[in-house]
Amino acid sequence: MEQEPILSVSNLHTQFHTKSGIVKAVDGVSFDIRPGETLGIVGESGSGKSITAMSIMRLIKDPGKIAKGDIMFKGESLLSKSNREMRAIRGDRISMVFQDPMTSLNPVFTVEKQMVETIRAHRNVSKKQAVDRAVELLDLVGIPSARSRLKSYPHEFSGGMRQRVMIALALSCDPEVLIADEPTTALDVTIQAQILELLQRLQKELGMAIIMITHDLGVVAEVCERVMVMYAGKPVEFAHVHELFDHPKHPYTWGLIGSIPKIVKEKVRLEPIQGLPPDLRALPKGCSFAPRCKHAMDQCLEVDPALLEESDNHHVRCLLYEEKEKVVTS
Amino acid sequence: MVSYIVRRFLMTIPVLLGVSILAFSLIHMIPGDPARSMLGSKANEEQLMQLREELRLNDPYIAQYGSFLGDLTTGDLGTSVKSKEPVAEELQNRLPATVELSLFAMLLATVIGVLAGVIAAVKQYSWFDNLSMTGALLGVSIPIFWLGLMMIWLFSVKLQWLPASGRLSTGTELETITNFFLLDSILTLNWEAFSDAFVHLLMPGIALGTIPMAIIARMTRSSMLEVMNQDYIRTADAKGLASYLVVFQHALKNAFLPVLTVIGLQFGFLLGGAVLTETIFSWPGVGRYVLQSILGRDYPVVQGTILVIAIMFVFVNLLTDIMYKFIDPRISFD
Repeated sequence: MEQEPILSVSNLHTQFHTKSGIVKAVDGVSFDIRPGETLGIVGESGSGKSITAMSIMRLIKDPGKIAKGDIMFKGESLLSKSNREMRAIRGDRISMVFQDPMTSLNPVFTVEKQMVETIRAHRNVSKKQAVDRAVELLDLVGIPSARSRLKSYPHEFSGGMRQRVMIALALSCDPEVLIADEPTTALDVTIQAQILELLQRLQKELGMAIIMITHDLGVVAEVCERVMVMYAGKPVEFAHVHELFDHPKHPYTWGLIGSIPKIVKEKVRLEPIQGLPPDLRALPKGCSFAPRCKHAMDQCLEVDPALLEESDNHHVRCLLYEEKEKVVTS
Repeated sequence: MVSYIVRRFLMTIPVLLGVSILAFSLIHMIPGDPARSMLGSKANEEQLMQLREELRLNDPYIAQYGSFLGDLTTGDLGTSVKSKEPVAEELQNRLPATVELSLFAMLLATVIGVLAGVIAAVKQYSWFDNLSMTGALLGVSIPIFWLGLMMIWLFSVKLQWLPASGRLSTGTELETITNFFLLDSILTLNWEAFSDAFVHLLMPGIALGTIPMAIIARMTRSSMLEVMNQDYIRTADAKGLASYLVVFQHALKNAFLPVLTVIGLQFGFLLGGAVLTETIFSWPGVGRYVLQSILGRDYPVVQGTILVIAIMFVFVNLLTDIMYKFIDPRISFD
């Protein structure tokens, strides 16, 4: 039996109204995530993955706003919540780990203060109980001699340790959804592996759903079950992780996979995706990826394809497949 | 922390020695004969000889400086040529007046300036932002003597709400202990004198605090705007903290360093005696005393007062430096 989704995003549109035009940062994103599941959102910088996360947290600042769509958390719309209700959810039921642990912790407060204030913002506990909980959390994320490290300031930790603190902070109140926005991007490769392992272990122990936002397909392959590939604010491919790696369908996904270095005997030239992501204020009329796509047809510059289910649970937004379907149906 | 304070403290010693040399040399920088310029052209040879003897002007420079320093260690700042009173005694009355006024002005400037700056930053481009920043621009541009006179005209002459001059009304009795009138009135539980001293402080305090307030407000705003975009503020929001905690704890503490620098510097300047404000409001402080001494060529007074003011300035900066460390743990001494 399939569990009910804990979080459903449907047709989310987040836009920034700037002087030089409307930036459609997120343009029609939909996905569900179930308890204990890990969903990957992959894309280049500027593809709208972080804005999707910030939209779920309702932390989009002016001049940005959620223009359309809905975000349902345990059957209730987050968009209809008051600011106060939303604050009670943030950091408690849904929490977030950010990319750069160097800058994401407040440099002028001790780790203790930053953890205790989070716990006490959501739980009616004494200072001492909160401190004990903080020690427990630091233990959980593998920080040695946790109790004595509480009094330290963030600059007294290494990058990997700081990210552990950040994760402990996010786990303070046993969240049901953890959004990890590029949690390993700023770290050394060996530390990256440790942090990913830690997240997987914690997920198993605590049963939370994780949304893993990354530009790194390696991370996706390691931890995710399902993956959404985003390009210029739109999901372009959505599939199970094995399916995606074995049978990538969208030319952009081909490009992403093609640009990963592989260790093989003979030297193979990496194939980068030519060109740059489009200006989100002036998206091309047809498919956003068409100007960079090696397989683009004339039509691609005219028609913006829809995200269609190409095969079982494998969605793709590309005319290559719409064409095929037409041929099949006619 | 302790070693930081001790080392920072030791570093003031060379500065203080430099200050003492400058203050000492002052009397020798006067063109011509110091004794003659102090006593004027009508003085006879005997009076001049006597003054030179009193001021030890006949000794070699080194010996003069030595005895100058020696006197300082016993708290002797010299004697006024005009009143024949010891400078230290004169300052005992005037210095608290100036410090009290400066503290009051800075308190006003800091509380209002920081608050206005924070709100202006959080509500960027709102009517409050525009209004307060226009006000701050006016504040730094208004001539203080004009502002003081306008306040006297409005509040003392027209409305008769506030006293126009002095530290206490004639007839109000106060037993002085520290010469800080607010403090003395609290110590002697004399509430009548307290409120009287307080209303006397209001107008000069506002006049004196206007420029620092404007600078602090602008500095707070720009510093807050920068900090509010930092990642750790996003983290604080994502943790579900109440907005006032995010703004006044997480953001303000980070934004406060440049503001603290400005507060320290401005306070130092105010301690030097606000000549204009003290003159307009007949405030019996150091500023007027120095001005009168300069005009009256009472050089020992100028010398002693400059020295005291400079020492206070150095210590305010020392205090500022120590407070840096309390605000930002990353600051190290080396």
